[in-house]
Amino acid sequence: MHHYFVEGFVLPNQNQIWWTILIVLYPYITGIVAGAFIISSLYHVFNKEDLKPVSRFSLLMAFAFLLFATCPLLGHLGRPERALNIMLTPNPTSAMAGFGFIYATYLIILAIEIWLVYRPDIVYLSKHSSSMLLRKLYWLLSLGVDNVSKSSLESDHKVMIFLASIGIPAACTLHGYVGFIFGAIKANPWWSSPMMPVIFLLSAIVSGIAMVLVCYQAIHYLKGRAIDSQCTQALMGYLWLFAIIDVAIELLEIINHAYMANEDWEVLHELVMTKLFVSYVVIQMLVCSVIPIGLLGAAIIFRKRLSDRIRNAMGFLSAMLLLIQVLAMRWNVVIGGQMFSKSFRGFLRFDVEVFGREGLLVAFAIFLMPFITLGIFARLLPLWGPIETYPKKWLRKGLPEKQNLTFPEPAHPS
Amino acid sequence: MKKMNRREFLTKTVGTGVKTFVFGNLVCTTAELLQDKKSFANSASKKEEPEKVIFGFLVDTRKCIGCGSCVRADKAENGVPEGFFRTWVERYTFFPNGRVLVDSPKGAEDGFWPVKEDKERTLGKPYHHYFVPKLCNHCIDTPCIQVCPVGASFETKEGVILIDQKRCVGCAYCVQACPFGTRYINPEKGVADKCTWCYHRTTQGLKPACVEVCPVKARIFGNISDSESEISKLLRDNRVQVLKSYLGTRPKTRYIGLDSGVI
Ligand code: SF4
Ligand code: SF4
Repeated sequence: MHHYFVEGFVLPNQNQIWWTILIVLYPYITGIVAGAFIISSLYHVFNKEDLKPVSRFSLLMAFAFLLFATCPLLGHLGRPERALNIMLTPNPTSAMAGFGFIYATYLIILAIEIWLVYRPDIVYLSKHSSSMLLRKLYWLLSLGVDNVSKSSLESDHKVMIFLASIGIPAACTLHGYVGFIFGAIKANPWWSSPMMPVIFLLSAIVSGIAMVLVCYQAIHYLKGRAIDSQCTQALMGYLWLFAIIDVAIELLEIINHAYMANEDWEVLHELVMTKLFVSYVVIQMLVCSVIPIGLLGAAIIFRKRLSDRIRNAMGFLSAMLLLIQVLAMRWNVVIGGQMFSKSFRGFLRFDVEVFGREGLLVAFAIFLMPFITLGIFARLLPLWGPIETYPKKWLRKGLPEKQNLTFPEPAHPS
Repeated sequence: MKKMNRREFLTKTVGTGVKTFVFGNLVCTTAELLQDKKSFANSASKKEEPEKVIFGFLVDTRKCIGCGSCVRADKAENGVPEGFFRTWVERYTFFPNGRVLVDSPKGAEDGFWPVKEDKERTLGKPYHHYFVPKLCNHCIDTPCIQVCPVGASFETKEGVILIDQKRCVGCAYCVQACPFGTRYINPEKGVADKCTWCYHRTTQGLKPACVEVCPVKARIFGNISDSESEISKLLRDNRVQVLKSYLGTRPKTRYIGLDSGVI
């Protein structure tokens, strides 16, 4: 049983915080999806060559996270077995009803995009993979299409650009919409704001880029591979830009609340200065915003004077802090918005539940799943580079050492 | 005659016609809302659809003595789970220097006790208090129906807002969206729950349980489309308020003697 503590006058039915850690996790996961997808699109569609080393990985990462985006929602429903009602009898006036459709569209777009990006690899592996079983599996994955001629890859690329041009708005919609779920609740002054979708979207992009940057560096470091500093530098640039806009808008939002000082400001002010002081003022607005923005700025401005190693370390640290910043932001919105009563005269305390269906452990487990999935992907498809980077053991023996493994890369129409 | 929904019906009958209604809507103050309702009630009873029933609820805060009979009756009638309330009573106690203490111990299930001494010590001697019973407002423009992803929340032809508990997925979005804290997730059923104005009784011609037991007639329930009903007369003859009118949900639960401190 949860223990909820109530101070002041709280409306009798508001003795609980209904949306808990899982609902904090849900926008966090979808946010990472949106951000990672945008990184991969910057390479695949906008030809940002610097991002090539992470272009495949970020796509797979977006997919892995998207696969588990529904879990926190399911875990939180009172009647999870009825979840499909959202698609069977959707209510057109409900923002939440759009979830199933937006989610499904986005999942399909991502799946096709990944298939197109990896098609040459899949075809190659379906012929040269080390075991019969795997060759069969890859053949299945290739859907029987084994044409990897230059012209066919070029037309793949066109489809990809087309998909990305739907995918980018879809990613923005998916996340802007999550913000709208909160922003459209006029009953709650801490949520109801037309800025919510914008803030959610920007912080989504920040968390996605940060996650790619962290994973890229961590995995390469652990595997003892060289880090492409060109690529990390580019990622840091984007991260810096989006973090600045994101934090600026978050600040504007709170300043606006304070300046307008509507009748609800009294309770919001109290909320920010007491209940959310650590998670909002200290973590979200100061430590995890100011430090990373400063560090990233320094790393970019003093690019020439700093060694790659130092710069990458600065990037890594900033990305970690920004990941915490975005998580704190989700927490402050979701939990913070439920910590005061709609009587505007009282507060609830939220004690994190560890065990239990909506507890911390379940949240951890769900958050771990995308990484495990990425691990599985990594056994099947190369996360980073093209075919040259395949581990030897993936391929069948007896292949000539100097075989021409390179497929014609579809030329970017630049 | 083509069946009209209530909004269309209103649009056709109110004031000098559509325009007045539309503008009335845009700058909808409570008084105007009420005006809509009154003329609606008047015209409805004349001829067009005499048998039409639109329920309304009126709380006379001047009469309420905070005995909590209504809360107990409601719990018994509707099997409201422990710790939750379909209706409750709040007490507003006024101290010198404009300080107000609001409380509702156990939703007033056991009534109220005098304000604690320690409060008197810090806040001074209270000089005035009154009680405000609360329940679902059965709003005309309900955010709770609007946000429900599966369409489980709906409005009956009598204007009562109900929940189809066989369809509800228990997402609690409506609980968040209701500005009045009337909804909760029923812990036994895992679905949303709230006051139904005792739909099972009122459609049989009975009164809601809370209205039935109120010893001082602080709760009045009836058909507001019948201009001769008790509630219509009271609505006409009193200054009436609704809760959080600035949110534009247009509650059908109205209050007599509501003070600005009540939210
Ligand atoms: S009071 Fe709340 S639950 Fe009742 S109709 Fe209005 S918004 Fe819906
Ligand atoms: S809890 Fe039930 S009634 Fe409320 S919004 Fe969710 S599905 Fe609809």
